[in-house]
Amino acid sequence: MALVDIRQRSGYLFLGVVLGHVLLISAQVNSRTGVPVLEAVTFGIFSEVQRTLSGGITGVRRVWGSYVGLRHVKAENEELKRQLAEAQIAMQQQRALADRARGLEKLLELRDHLNLATTGAQIIGAAASPDFRTLTIDKGTRDGLRPDMAVIAPAGIVGRIVVPSARSAKVQLLIDRNAAAGVIVERTRAQGVVVGSGDDRLQMQYVSEASDVAVGDLLVTSGIDTIYPKGLAVGRVESVEKNGPAFKRIIVKPTVDFTQLEEVLVVVTPTPAKEAAAGVSE
Amino acid sequence: MKAAGVILAVVAALALQTTLARFVVRGTVAIDLVLVVVVYVALTSGPATGLLSGAIAGLVQDALSSPVIGIGGLAKTIVGFLAGVIGTQFIVSQPLPRFVVFFGATIAHAVVFMGLYTVLDIRHFGNPSAAVAGQATANALVGVIAFQLVELLPGAVERRRATKTRLRR
Repeated sequence: MALVDIRQRSGYLFLGVVLGHVLLISAQVNSRTGVPVLEAVTFGIFSEVQRTLSGGITGVRRVWGSYVGLRHVKAENEELKRQLAEAQIAMQQQRALADRARGLEKLLELRDHLNLATTGAQIIGAAASPDFRTLTIDKGTRDGLRPDMAVIAPAGIVGRIVVPSARSAKVQLLIDRNAAAGVIVERTRAQGVVVGSGDDRLQMQYVSEASDVAVGDLLVTSGIDTIYPKGLAVGRVESVEKNGPAFKRIIVKPTVDFTQLEEVLVVVTPTPAKEAAAGVSE
Repeated sequence: MKAAGVILAVVAALALQTTLARFVVRGTVAIDLVLVVVVYVALTSGPATGLLSGAIAGLVQDALSSPVIGIGGLAKTIVGFLAGVIGTQFIVSQPLPRFVVFFGATIAHAVVFMGLYTVLDIRHFGNPSAAVAGQATANALVGVIAFQLVELLPGAVERRRATKTRLRR
């Protein structure tokens, strides 16, 4: 009966719920020193749901793919037998090529190039709200992940860990409105900061009018933010405009295609700048 | 029973938003399915259920993706309450009025959500009018289609049964 009365007086209920939200927001805004417990717990639980759903969908896609493949298997069987003989010869050549490619792949492998300890992670979910650009990966604190660890891909930097749970972690993408990274122009060494704009482009800020920055220039991380290792690709300058008397307005296209990411690397060792900062604070 | 249905719908919307959307549009999601569910529940169940479902759904969404828990919850509470009041005070049974409600609800949600973030100096959104208008249109289309489907499907089943009965006679 009491519940019915409350529901009939929806105005009071509305005021109560709004007041509760205001108190909740106030508490967080005044004392935001770390990750809120509620956020970490909820994220941890829901990431398991995401993991399960992701696994289920992958399973359904595999089963469907197998079914479609079986429909034509008889017709393909004879053709495949004929091709097998040719393939066995071609395989000898391909094996030699594969060995060569494997060697090149090792040379190009990012972790060797960076000389940093990394761990591979698979993307298992996207942001729950379209206003935030985040991803969920399948590695967490059990794998040594901590907040502010850099997340990278072969094409460049992806973002940073913001909320790690035991078996998964939330990654804030570089294109999120709250994300930023220190960068330098590779050609001229001009320094600046790129910030996310919420869409698929970045803005390079704090670049003086006198700096030499041109369309097509490659931006790499400067390492001053203590999150991203120095020298990783960030993006290419897409447009340069004058922004007031002192600064330039620079739009940057990221080198990473965030819509095509499937797997990423997490840098698990602290950057030299972060180690230096920690040494100073001690 | 009804509460369970509302919770199930919110969980399904969150799951779709975070999982299936990644496969469908490769991470670029313009539709806020959770908001669509909140407005739908508010229009069909009234302001009390609307505001409660908005509060719960918004808080869960905040906990999953926002730096401050409560801003999305507050925005969806207000939208759920207002949509519920509109649903009880006006006749919202045709696609056009429903489209307007979903569209307006998305705009109101964006105003509260982005306004609070800007006022608290946590995050700035630049000039989001085009993005908000696009999201409002997409949400309104999805909401109207959801209403039509829910209303038409039981009728279609009934018609099929009636046809079968006539054929037997």
